[in-house]
Amino acid sequence: MDLDDSPEQAQYRATVRSWIEQHRSSAPPARGDAEDAAYIERRRTWQREMAEEGLVGVTWPKEFGGQGRGPLEQVIVNQELNAADAPGVIDVIGIGLMGPCIIAHGSEEQKSRYLAPMLHADEVWCQLFSEPGAGSDLAAVQTRAVKQEDGNWALTGQKVWTTNAQFSAYGMCLARTDADVPKHKGLTMFIVPMDAEGVSTHGLRQVSGEAEFNEVFLDGVVVGGDEMVVGGVGNGWMTALTVLMFERVMIGLSAEGFGYSADRFAPALAAVPHARTDKEVRKRFGQLSAELLAIRFAGFRALSALENGQIPGPEAGLSKITTVNAAIAAGELLADVLGPDALDESGEWAYMISFLPGLKSAGGTEAILRNTVGERVLGLPPEPRLDKGIPFAELRAKEKQAVAS
Amino acid sequence: MNLSLSDEQVFLRDAARGALSRFDTLEAARTGLEDAATLPDLWPTAVEAGWPGMLIPEDAGGAGLAPFDAMLVAEEIGRALAGVPFLGVLPATVLLAAGGDDRLAAVAGGQTRVAYVPARPPGDLDEPEWTTDAAGGGRGPAFQAGGAEGALALSGRAAYVPDAHGAELLVVIAVDERGEPVAAVVEAGASGVAVEHVQRYDATRSLAHVTLEGAPARPLSCSTEDMGRAWHLAQALIAAEAVGTVAAAHEMMLAYAKERFTFGRAIGSYQAVKHEIVEVLRQLENARSLLFYAGWAGERRPEEFALAASAARTSAGGALDMAARANINVHGGIGATWEHDAPLYFRRAQVTRRLVGGHGDAADRVAGELLLVADAAQG
Repeated sequence: MDLDDSPEQAQYRATVRSWIEQHRSSAPPARGDAEDAAYIERRRTWQREMAEEGLVGVTWPKEFGGQGRGPLEQVIVNQELNAADAPGVIDVIGIGLMGPCIIAHGSEEQKSRYLAPMLHADEVWCQLFSEPGAGSDLAAVQTRAVKQEDGNWALTGQKVWTTNAQFSAYGMCLARTDADVPKHKGLTMFIVPMDAEGVSTHGLRQVSGEAEFNEVFLDGVVVGGDEMVVGGVGNGWMTALTVLMFERVMIGLSAEGFGYSADRFAPALAAVPHARTDKEVRKRFGQLSAELLAIRFAGFRALSALENGQIPGPEAGLSKITTVNAAIAAGELLADVLGPDALDESGEWAYMISFLPGLKSAGGTEAILRNTVGERVLGLPPEPRLDKGIPFAELRAKEKQAVAS
Repeated sequence: MNLSLSDEQVFLRDAARGALSRFDTLEAARTGLEDAATLPDLWPTAVEAGWPGMLIPEDAGGAGLAPFDAMLVAEEIGRALAGVPFLGVLPATVLLAAGGDDRLAAVAGGQTRVAYVPARPPGDLDEPEWTTDAAGGGRGPAFQAGGAEGALALSGRAAYVPDAHGAELLVVIAVDERGEPVAAVVEAGASGVAVEHVQRYDATRSLAHVTLEGAPARPLSCSTEDMGRAWHLAQALIAAEAVGTVAAAHEMMLAYAKERFTFGRAIGSYQAVKHEIVEVLRQLENARSLLFYAGWAGERRPEEFALAASAARTSAGGALDMAARANINVHGGIGATWEHDAPLYFRRAQVTRRLVGGHGDAADRVAGELLLVADAAQG
């Protein structure tokens, strides 16, 4: 059992650390306002500098501009950036999900056209998957893609929870190309130029009042011909599953990526004398801290498995459930200890308390994650489904009828 | 980074599972409740497998293995609900090895059986007191070390000591007149020593109340850190045992959820049942991750061992409580009958929760250790 770097990893870490030290002074702050164009520009410049040093797309194959290294090296880069309080790439969606998706399913033309500008943040990407009516049941997306007489595809629909949409050049969009087949079969993945006519992006304010996400409206957006299709017409569900698999890898690589760790909450409690001696406070803090410590080591286990060539499965969802619920418990405890002071909106805890209810459903609601683990990991049978084998259009008609009656 | 088991560790675990599978430990857990004489004596099995000496250095006749290796064996013991003298034995061997006792080879070879009489080291709040588990619940004062002219004598009482019954030597932590802890060895047969065997609720746990009244003792040259470490090793072993028990209960409820049908389908297809079983898996995996933390800290980060072992026990303890009840829930009423195996896991959980400080004390220690780290960071 070993958590230490191998000699090669230690050497890589030293190289990364020294580059960050030399360039730290020109790095933008790790956190900033996504609405601030100047800040976004600095973040893009920072990603470009990192890319030139080979610190972006660490796990991408060399032929596509990556470093062809293992997941552990990516973790080393993340850890060193974190330790220096320097930001990582701005295009987390592109580098983590969409680039790997294009590498797996894209055409040669798509690979040569999109990957290099993505690495250098010349073009940032967003993910146009979820919709108001299709979240956990992602295959129920209703955004329609219709082929025009000139061979171009036109997309109409509404997407939601879109990170980085306000400054993205492209979106990877899951749309329905055939409503007369069962829902998983009629889907296609498209590349959508975000500056195309008919695309509009609006910030989506959440509990905290801030807009971390966007809604994207597509109104007859002409994206181009089949050169904008990734993975083939009608294969959109398979392409989407690849993205979701890379999402699990990304979560696995950032075990404590949400920033909720036991060491973060301890100083706030240590500073309050009456909290320290309160049996009930200590019990609650001990229990939630054990959960957060478990997540740190669950992350190491996942990395260890990745290093041995195993691909993370749906069980990664359990870590997310644990993290969110332990952080919720921490927020409740801090607010109980500090009183309404903890709910000062300018403070760190009010923001965390407001952010967590939404995070609980991000990447799949907790109930859906538990279903997935129960069925795919434990082999328990699914609930009977009423949507299997039924053409999507017919299914929608039935749903509308059920609501009306 | 490598958190996978080595070939030797896989062999150790499989050998433990194989050795225990020669006995019908589940049936023994049930019949032992009504007739303790039917419980198999698993000490010879432990000796044959080399468990008593696994943490004793090789040059002293042991196997020189690490805490994580002992935790792998504990997990198998918990999985089988086996009544093996182990949890109480290993911390005693670590103290004897640290203190340099001349009977180490006999202890390692199983000719002499030892038991650790747990003493809780002070935490961040209760400086500088060492305590024991008291009869009737709560904590009692640590054993007192006295005696004149180098003739050490111990007095005091500790309740519900695992594996003390049948041990020839007791390794006791006491405090001297200045409140400083001292480790010492007491012969179980000496005058002033009473070891009262008690069986409570779970036939697979051999427990005893240990009372010393001026019992002659031989001091061990252990550091305070060694004495604290013995307590935390016991916490880690309890965590590992619990993980094994949870894993077994989980397999049992999962199998039943797939084969029991109601309203035309397997009960495991219902989300209410499925989610309870997934919750057990979530807690099991968290606890298992913390076993790695405790194992790693035990070997590489001794200063974090108290936190890691306490976190492991907190998590594994919670998982055991939850799984033992979930197993009965998934089975329905039949799961709460005498002939069923589910109550045997439940009995194990009930007693485990309250041993060696209890799960609750471990959670308190997690908080205390993290607050100490935060204090240190503040300067």
